[in-house]
Amino acid sequence: MSTLTEPTGSPAGYEAWGDAKHERMGFFTDTSVCIGCKACEVACKEWNLIPADGQEFLGRSYDNTGELGSETWRHVAFIEQEKPLHTNGDGATGLRWLMESDVCKHCSHAACLDVCPTGSLFRTEYGTVVVQQDICNGCGYCVPACPFGVLEKRHIASTENMGHKPDLPAFLGKKEDGRVWKCTLCYDRLKGGHEPACSHACPTKSIQFGPLDELRERADKRLDKLQHDGWNGAQLYLRDPDDGIGGAGAFFLLLDDPEVYGLPPDPVVATAKLPEMWMNMATAAAVLAVGIVGSFLFGRE
Amino acid sequence: MGSNMAENHPVGFQWVMEARERGAKIIHIDPRFTRTSAMATKWVGIRAGSDIAFLGGVVNYILQNDLYFEEYVKHYTNAPVIIDEAYIDTEDADGLFSGWDPEQGQYDVTTWSYEGMETHGAAGQREEGFSTKGEQSGHGGHGGGLQHGEPPSEDPELTHPRCVFQILKRHYQRYTPEWVSETCGVSVEDFLYVCEALTQNSGREKTSAFCYAVGWTQHTVGVQYIRTAAIIQQLLGNIGRPGGGIMALRGHASIQGSTDIPTLYNILPGYLPMPHTEKYGGFDNFVEANVAPTGWWGNFKHYWVSLMCAYFGPHASAENDWLFEHLPRIDQDNSAYWSLEQMLEGKVKGYVLAGENPAVGNANGKAHRLGFAQLDWLVVRDLVEIESASWWYDSPEIETGELKTEEIKTEVFFLPAAAHTEKDGSFTNTQRLLQWHWQATEPKDDCRSELWFYFHLGKRLKSLLKESKQERDVLMQRLNWDYPVHAQIEEPSAEAVLKEIGGYKAQTREPLSSYKELKDDGTTACGCWIYCGCYQDGINQPARKKPHWEQDYVAAEWAWAWPANRRLLYNRASADRDGNPWSERKKYVHWNGEKWEGIDTPDFDETKPPDYVPPDGAAGPDAIAGYHPFIMQSDGRSWLFVPQGLEDGPLPTHYEPHESPFDSTLYSQRANPRRQQHKDAEWDPYNPLEGEPGHELFPHVFTTYRLTEHHTAGGMTRSVPYLAELQPAMFCEVSPELAAEVGLEDGGWATIYTTRSAIEARVLVTNRIPPLTVQGRTVHQIGLPYHWGQRLLTSGDSANDLMHAALDPNVHIMETKAATCGIRPGRRPRGKALTEFVESLRAQTAKTRVEPAETKKTVPS
Repeated sequence: MSTLTEPTGSPAGYEAWGDAKHERMGFFTDTSVCIGCKACEVACKEWNLIPADGQEFLGRSYDNTGELGSETWRHVAFIEQEKPLHTNGDGATGLRWLMESDVCKHCSHAACLDVCPTGSLFRTEYGTVVVQQDICNGCGYCVPACPFGVLEKRHIASTENMGHKPDLPAFLGKKEDGRVWKCTLCYDRLKGGHEPACSHACPTKSIQFGPLDELRERADKRLDKLQHDGWNGAQLYLRDPDDGIGGAGAFFLLLDDPEVYGLPPDPVVATAKLPEMWMNMATAAAVLAVGIVGSFLFGRE
Repeated sequence: MGSNMAENHPVGFQWVMEARERGAKIIHIDPRFTRTSAMATKWVGIRAGSDIAFLGGVVNYILQNDLYFEEYVKHYTNAPVIIDEAYIDTEDADGLFSGWDPEQGQYDVTTWSYEGMETHGAAGQREEGFSTKGEQSGHGGHGGGLQHGEPPSEDPELTHPRCVFQILKRHYQRYTPEWVSETCGVSVEDFLYVCEALTQNSGREKTSAFCYAVGWTQHTVGVQYIRTAAIIQQLLGNIGRPGGGIMALRGHASIQGSTDIPTLYNILPGYLPMPHTEKYGGFDNFVEANVAPTGWWGNFKHYWVSLMCAYFGPHASAENDWLFEHLPRIDQDNSAYWSLEQMLEGKVKGYVLAGENPAVGNANGKAHRLGFAQLDWLVVRDLVEIESASWWYDSPEIETGELKTEEIKTEVFFLPAAAHTEKDGSFTNTQRLLQWHWQATEPKDDCRSELWFYFHLGKRLKSLLKESKQERDVLMQRLNWDYPVHAQIEEPSAEAVLKEIGGYKAQTREPLSSYKELKDDGTTACGCWIYCGCYQDGINQPARKKPHWEQDYVAAEWAWAWPANRRLLYNRASADRDGNPWSERKKYVHWNGEKWEGIDTPDFDETKPPDYVPPDGAAGPDAIAGYHPFIMQSDGRSWLFVPQGLEDGPLPTHYEPHESPFDSTLYSQRANPRRQQHKDAEWDPYNPLEGEPGHELFPHVFTTYRLTEHHTAGGMTRSVPYLAELQPAMFCEVSPELAAEVGLEDGGWATIYTTRSAIEARVLVTNRIPPLTVQGRTVHQIGLPYHWGQRLLTSGDSANDLMHAALDPNVHIMETKAATCGIRPGRRPRGKALTEFVESLRAQTAKTRVEPAETKKTVPS
């Protein structure tokens, strides 16, 4: 459980100690150099043995994947706009095509983590949020908790899991897998001293992996440069540790407002008001209790 | 231009991004705004098929504004050379050059030569009538007549009316910004932006580069497209200089390697010519006809003999002329589309397809499938059962009834192939880089590599023919075929083959270091002279993998480039006439007083001083002066004007594509007069032109292309679930304006049609392929990815079914980048209704296509 009442610290500080302690790792996805090749989508699926999503021509520009989900842990969005790339007017073309590789944000305040009743979701020593399939019971509480819609229950059958074990749902004769699957920030690769599959595959280093502090510094410098060079709408998203989710372990440099990419502009962890809500409920309960007691004490007639 | 690098070469494109980060301007000129355009500083939307007009306009801009790199042009190009007085330019002959023979439909190039010099057979020059010049021609090209390395007639001041410089100026003077705008559909502003960017970024301190691919080559004037860029780069002094040049983006499936160690009918390894059937009168005459008297093609015989020694070992000797009389010959254009014609006429017994899917990937798909049905047998080697192997039961022609499975007599053999991860081998790509890859896993079941297949096939054939007394079997018997094999499946050693390609001393098998060591006396063997040295010192040079962060930017220790690991060709041009770098910033190689040195292997005789003047009667490389960097040309200069080697002109001219909604406003010669057509062939009908009946049926321009998610004809990617789901359907890209005009629904279906066929596709409405204003009216362009075929995980109609098979005359490549079509909403007719629909279109057009200009016209003398 992350703390609900304290300001953001390094989440990993609570999850590991002694030799296992590790600095927090994350992604900085710089969309100004994304060429929309989708190598990240494919590399992720290959490494994690994720089933194919099904083929449907969505016709959303070149995006036929649609959104993140249980079978898509990296999703490249394409947004065509009639806007120039630069504001300094240097031979500006009136068109631009935004491309962005979306992923689980590995929030500092992760609502999915907060609400998971089984302890399936946990924070690793790298500060990442990972779901354990052998514990997940498919309750689905985490699904609406995520402000980004990252989590999803897998609806296809386990036999399509391409070799993933354990296979409890199949064992129990269930038609749907039912468990939640999401980006692990390649926990297994990190343990082996490698970078995640997507950042490894990215040809233009749009997806950068490293210690979060370092990435944040790099991102700040990058934003400075782009703003100096007159890039239209360049901004960082989820970099700020004081934002509603405490900053993300996977944050972005976008070229327009988050809504344009289908991202929530100011996400707040769903459990942020939980202490307040419990407080209110406790107050209400107390008042009710007083009222009930009072009605007995004063209500006899 | 002519390419979509971010989409088709995404890994290579990271270096373009690096350049952009360092302040380079990236300009993308393309009919569509693509994933490359998204990363570019500027995108210019151009009408498909009008690139020569645009580039010619840039040439004109440079010349009219005196923005050419004077010293470079005067000394290093053939700008000062005076051309034969009988030469007539297209400006004076309404779109034809002098020498046009309307009967033969080709040019006699004699009048294009340098004044005072006779045209002489160059490496690959054909005599009498037939022309399949291809890759190896144009090297050298001038026989005797060079005086001290210089042509007899020049004007160093570039003012003589018949000097190349003035001819060039005149030839392009009508390519004004306004004319470019009305021809290409680009704004004058955008055109001038490109001109200014290029000229401001060229010269001593800066260089600019062009990157192109099949967007330029796949036209009936494809070679001339590239030539126009070559002229620009020569005028701006960008050739042979770091950050300059013209980069051909080649590399998929080792396509550069596939012409170096050729799978083309008309060349042997290292671009040596396949001999012709005509009687040379002996091997010596053959050599004479092909050797260039000057330059490195002067050592033609050394390369030839060494190749024969590699092929035949000690069986080839001076006594038997290196088995020359036994070699197979070509008798004409025997290229892919010629083969198709022969197939359709029932003249081809058998055909072997290895890693190719013509049923989807070649122009006029239907013709190919009907052609296959005429074969006795067809062997297909591929990773999956592709359309070219399954056509006999699932092609569109089965559905229409044009073919019936039970009536097809062709025996089709499908042999599964091993993937590149399942074998050792190399890729040769853009920039001539050989990169070795090691086997990662064993091939499954019956899958075998190409090497295994051809080696074992050869072994079996040799065994079968061992006792034969037939003369035609002599070569098979003499073939040097002892490669070591390993593993249970007896996989031949790819490294052994590489060693042979790299060259060795015949007696000792010691590897050679450079093509300069090749001899013509049988003491050296080399499988490909340009690759000579790739096994230098007994080390697999292409397998070197020293990372770039441990080297300078030339990174000469990563893999190996031909020739001789030289990374930048003609790099002597990076220094001025005296051998000093043009600038400190662009220093590359220079003369240090005793020899040439720099951060790359100098592409020049190491000890030849910059002021070397060739003596009388000098031959071969010695005939090239110390101040002429272009050592493969007989006069050591780059050619602005090409006196010989090309079928369709010494200078590029804007011609309209074979099928176009527009006429030329320059000349009455509308399209390339020399283009290959299959006129009146039933299998290759052409859409009508303006003024011909039925013209209004096909008003739009269409272009075909690749997507990142899929690869060429789709065998490798439509069979992979992770890729199939990324682009799961055949679609067309249309503008909102066209969609509104025709009634197309975004996400819905459209039928696109030509006189060849009709296909259906999902509709993607986008602003990225806007309508253009050309010659005062609006033209719509339609984009079609060409990956789809009838089978595999994602299937659909093939864009190439729409395409005609008119070809570039130099290299016989099809014009898949610009043609005309019609479009309407809804799915296409199926079964018989499809053939009826196409017939109904044809019925509205004339029976024959007549373009009077090129059939009747002669050029005034």
